[in-house]
Amino acid sequence: MLRSPSGVIGLIILLLAISVAVFGPMLFPNSPWRMVQRPFLPPFTLATVPLGTDALGRDVFAGMIFGARVSLLVGMVSTLVALVVGVPIGAMAGYFGGRVDDALMRFTEFFQTIPSFALAIVLVAILQPSIYSIVASIAVVSWPPVARLVRGEVLSLRTREYVQAAVVTGQSNTWIILREILPNTLSPVIVLASLMVATAILLESSLAFLGLGDPNLISWGYMVGAGRTVIRQAWWITVFPGVAILISVLGLNLIGEGLNDALNPRLSREGR
Amino acid sequence: MSKRVLLGVLLACGLTAPALAQEPKTGGAINAVIQPEPPGLMLAMVQNGPVQMVSGNIFEGLLRYSPKLEPQPELAESWSVSEDAKTYTFKLRKGVTWHDGKPFTAADVLFSLDMLKQTHARARNNLAQVEKVEAPDDYTVVFTLKQPFGPFLGIFEVGSMPMVPKHLYEGTDWKTNPYNNAPVGTGPFMFKEWQKGSFIRLVKNPNYYEKGKPYLDEIYWQIIPDAAARSVAYETGKVDVLPGGSVENFDVPRLSKLKDTCVTGAGWEFFSPLAWLWLNNRQGPLADKRVRQAIMFAIDRDFAKDVIWNGLGKVATGPSASTIKYYTDDVPKYPYDPAKAKALLKEAGYKGEKIRLLPLAYGETWQRWGEAVKQNLQGVGMNIETIATDVAGGNQKIGDWDYDIAFTYLYQYGDPALGVGRNYVSSAIAKGQVFNNVEGYSNPEIDKLFADGAVATPDSKRKEIYEKAQKILVEDVPVAWMLELQFPTIMRCKVKNLITTGIGVNDGFKDAWLDK
Repeated sequence: MLRSPSGVIGLIILLLAISVAVFGPMLFPNSPWRMVQRPFLPPFTLATVPLGTDALGRDVFAGMIFGARVSLLVGMVSTLVALVVGVPIGAMAGYFGGRVDDALMRFTEFFQTIPSFALAIVLVAILQPSIYSIVASIAVVSWPPVARLVRGEVLSLRTREYVQAAVVTGQSNTWIILREILPNTLSPVIVLASLMVATAILLESSLAFLGLGDPNLISWGYMVGAGRTVIRQAWWITVFPGVAILISVLGLNLIGEGLNDALNPRLSREGR
Repeated sequence: MSKRVLLGVLLACGLTAPALAQEPKTGGAINAVIQPEPPGLMLAMVQNGPVQMVSGNIFEGLLRYSPKLEPQPELAESWSVSEDAKTYTFKLRKGVTWHDGKPFTAADVLFSLDMLKQTHARARNNLAQVEKVEAPDDYTVVFTLKQPFGPFLGIFEVGSMPMVPKHLYEGTDWKTNPYNNAPVGTGPFMFKEWQKGSFIRLVKNPNYYEKGKPYLDEIYWQIIPDAAARSVAYETGKVDVLPGGSVENFDVPRLSKLKDTCVTGAGWEFFSPLAWLWLNNRQGPLADKRVRQAIMFAIDRDFAKDVIWNGLGKVATGPSASTIKYYTDDVPKYPYDPAKAKALLKEAGYKGEKIRLLPLAYGETWQRWGEAVKQNLQGVGMNIETIATDVAGGNQKIGDWDYDIAFTYLYQYGDPALGVGRNYVSSAIAKGQVFNNVEGYSNPEIDKLFADGAVATPDSKRKEIYEKAQKILVEDVPVAWMLELQFPTIMRCKVKNLITTGIGVNDGFKDAWLDK
């Protein structure tokens, strides 16, 4: 991992974003919703509001810092939930095969056939926008690829000799899946997860952009959405959070790539 | 910044125009935005805002109203009131024809009243005090009331009581009548075509009874679903008139700075939209009058006016907008005073209980307003949680009384008996409805004042009653009044005399002309 320069850059960006999310609000104890200065103050004019103010006179910089917390939290938690749902389904489908596989995969495809963003919008709209419904809907639309990936891996591992040996020695299915198979599927899942966090951040931003964010929490997507309509008068309201989304998603993608290289040395050496 | 520019534009266009009155020129077409696309154009059957904006050109009422809400002749050329204020006699204009050439007579008026009682909820309420209507001859209509009803002369505007052609509707199923899709009225413009999703075209009525009017040949109502696209359509010259509310507020300063552009806030005096926060008086901390007063002190309404509404509108002083009859500002005042709000909350023993805030899902302006109010209330220590909903969901929550604070704005129709009382009298508490007394305020004294005020005579007596009611209400704060809203109409300066009445763009372009 550390040998790939892009991975290192990604890691630095992620660590930076996490530390902003964790420690930033301690440095800026004021709520990002507070109207602190006159509205539409351009950036770099006052030291107290370095990135200017939005349509109501709220500090854009404070919004970015608090927004980092929401964006990263939503990204990570929803990915975690998607893994918790997707990995067992994929593992069972791949391991047991036959009818179980059929049933589980048809169920998965059912979710895959619906455009994921449309489904996420519908879910959030029905459940009423809140941080919980957003995490839940992102998780619901992002677990199917996990399930399919894990299933594929398990299918191939299922026929390996050491798994056959475990079956012959009479180990229970659970034990085989948990101890023999899943650990070996870990590396592609980790790579996928890092990319999923990036996708989830984008999804959350898109939902908030459309006005389906948690109305009590500021997020980057919300800031872009709220500033969009005044972009001709005040570019900074949209540009700074937009750049924040761009950089953090880029960082996560770089990490994903770096991890891929590190965990699949054969692929990276042969592929490049 | 924006405020000053706007004021300048208003001064330049709105105020000096009458002084340099020119001779109107005939001809030309106006392109105006209609937002959203109306569900129909038969004003007697559907009464949404955009319906009236278009078909106010096609249909007419017996009266129009000046910006000061004085009745003016339209289909009725004169009227008289009996000594006991129970008999109103209207003399109809002679020589008025429907767009298909048939004459308009008193029989049409009688038929319209019968029809509206079944199809138009507000007309039904307005006519509740009418005992009988008679037509002694073709050009006279006599209304006899059960008891004197002060606001009676205020119910004849086209949207409240449009005249319907008897010969086309009598004996038919009104809902499926083919003329609903190609309405026939007496108005200055005739319906020509409607390309759904694109435009509605009206053409000049050549036989209009006011000689020389209308001046315009055609009106195109352009249907453009996206707010930003509507602004662009104005900038590129595709449309000449943006009626109030058709672009977002923050676009107003930018658009009004454009060359040859005039802005006016006039033309909403009859409706006088007043925005307030419903406060659920039934439960929780808000049941305490002191908490409700604290909310009034905690909210910076000047900020909302200057920043969120770009300086348009007026901070409300109480239940009546200042354009409504018998308005008084001699009531308790609630300036922005967070310290006083905190003190009142403390006195009321508020302990940080959670309070739900329901913003209005009508677009960016209202969302920003919700955020600002939440911030104001949190600033005095209230624990506010914003609930996100769409329009329908919000209406349902409000109707079911499942809220603590909720944004709204309602029309007031010129008279406290028509548009104010319904929000405060206890007889208007009915679950499931959104425009009545949903705050659950109940005060026998207020009930009596509004009951007396509607039927009291003479005017000075009504004034006394309603002023007293305003004082009591403002002291009790059943709801938190925010702003008298203004929906600025943006148009090219070459469009003259577009708004001449208190009903504005909602009652026809018959006086409008283009200075080429």
